[in-house]
Amino acid sequence: MSRPQSIARRMGRRFLQHRLAVGSLVALLLLALLSIGAPVAESLLGLDSETTNLFQRSQPPSFEHPLGTDEIGRDLLLRLLHGGRVSLAVAVAAALASAIIGTAIGVFAGYYGGRFDAILMRFTDGVISLPLLPLLIVLAAIDLSKLGLPDSVTQSEDVSLYRIIAIISVVGWTTVARLVRAETLTLKQREFVRAAVAQGATGGRIMRVHILPNAVSPIIVATTLSVGNIILFESVLSFLGLGIQPPVASWGNMLTNAQELIWSAPQLAVWPGLLIFVTVIAFNFLGDGLQDALDPRAAD
Amino acid sequence: MFPYIAGRLFESIIVLLVLSFAVYGLIGLMPGDPIDLMIQGDPKLTPADAKRLKALHGLDQPILDRYLAWLGNAMQGDFGYSRNHSKPAIDVIAGGIGNTVLLLGISLILSLAIAVPVGVYAALRPYSKTDYIVNLACFAGISMPPFWLALLLIILFAVVLKWLPAGGMETVGDGSFLDRLHHLVLPVITLTIASVGDFTRFIRASMLQTLRYDFIRTARAKGLSMTRVVTGHALRNALLPLVTIVGLSFGRLFSGALITETMFAWHGMGKMIYDAILGNDYNLALIGLLFATGLTLIGNFLADAGYVWLDPRVSLAGREQQQ
Repeated sequence: MSRPQSIARRMGRRFLQHRLAVGSLVALLLLALLSIGAPVAESLLGLDSETTNLFQRSQPPSFEHPLGTDEIGRDLLLRLLHGGRVSLAVAVAAALASAIIGTAIGVFAGYYGGRFDAILMRFTDGVISLPLLPLLIVLAAIDLSKLGLPDSVTQSEDVSLYRIIAIISVVGWTTVARLVRAETLTLKQREFVRAAVAQGATGGRIMRVHILPNAVSPIIVATTLSVGNIILFESVLSFLGLGIQPPVASWGNMLTNAQELIWSAPQLAVWPGLLIFVTVIAFNFLGDGLQDALDPRAAD
Repeated sequence: MFPYIAGRLFESIIVLLVLSFAVYGLIGLMPGDPIDLMIQGDPKLTPADAKRLKALHGLDQPILDRYLAWLGNAMQGDFGYSRNHSKPAIDVIAGGIGNTVLLLGISLILSLAIAVPVGVYAALRPYSKTDYIVNLACFAGISMPPFWLALLLIILFAVVLKWLPAGGMETVGDGSFLDRLHHLVLPVITLTIASVGDFTRFIRASMLQTLRYDFIRTARAKGLSMTRVVTGHALRNALLPLVTIVGLSFGRLFSGALITETMFAWHGMGKMIYDAILGNDYNLALIGLLFATGLTLIGNFLADAGYVWLDPRVSLAGREQQQ
């Protein structure tokens, strides 16, 4: 019984050696905590991220507004924290959805092999090589009522949130799918899987009980690495006006206005972008560290 | 070699056809169809008129029939009219291809010119301080949102320092070669930073792997200098897979070009597609997307064919696998 524990401990130690990954994890937890706590802090302090104040437009940092105010007098810090809530929630939800789609495609392609695998993998390669951003823009621009969705869905306030999660998941699954397929191909040849086949286990059971639990590490690594990419996609779509719609703040749409104001208030462009950059790089470092810790063979 | 390339070519054409159908369907789902827009412009039109107009333009047909009709016209070079530019959509796109290729080409060459030496340099000193810094810089480049980078560059070089223009293709009334070059600087820097990190990391990893081969040890053992070994023996082998990576990166490069062109008002295909989608210019959006996809597929195809040409083992391995 001590063996699994020691493996976990070894993984933990290897992860702790990757100082950038540890720092990134701390930074991300802090950011998540602040973002989640933003509404609480607001109600305690009697502030509001959506209150406009036309007498205090584009103010420099002050005691009342630690990072100053935006072009219609909203507190920048509060809006950044609210934007963080949205951006992080979208990223995590889309990453999980992508991971589920990718895992399913990867494990089926790897396990059943043959022509089925060939078709699925050509499809995956096709999606990877496409110019994704223009296609995402079209997906973001389509009129949901033409899809026959009821008005209660198309008119709801959160529709831009769900829509962006859905369209990013449609293209975000490819990395996970490839890694899971590769892992499935090796696992399929191992004795314990062949033993299960000999005992008459069905394909579904073998994939669920024998293959997927052993493919967890690549799934975790690929999902973590994909979060960064997803945040970039979300922010650029929101920036272009096709993602999260104002007045709901997201780091991307906060930059939309900043672009128009670069001549009069260039300072507004700094913080939202910096937070996107820090979050994305932190997820990338974290993925890198997890890869070193969970799969030492993959290191270079 | 020939059957392999022919097979890939056939595959690319199939992919393009399937995609053209998907994109055609998606464009049809964009808000407001041409008749709706006409109705908005003329309040006297009754629903019955609208129905008749739809029948006249074939918009009441099933989507597959409409697609096949469009495809038939497209095969004859008729891609429809651009609503916002008031000229054939193909002419509008043709005007943008050159600008996009110029931007992408210069950025790609510049990225590779930076990535190859830096990646090799880092691979020769793995886990050193230099390697660590290069790795950090690569991560920073990969994680940088390109539109924010563009904003920062505009603020620094156009607003604060006033060295470079904030956007556009040329100064009105100037348009000399130097002036156009001036306008290219910031877009090229943006796109290069966005793509150089991945290439550098890839070259470093590939070089590191190549340096472990026996023939490298043999070359060192017979007394060649490290420089000779790297330039003469290792580099070719390490750069071989780069062909594939560059080919596969065309799609991402184009996505980057769309952002860059939009940010800097650079009149390329990316900006045209974006404007067309936002401006309900269906024919232009459709052909723009298909051209972008087509260019990407050509890039992938050339990379695959180039790889087979450079490394004949690939096609042989592929044939053995199929048997």
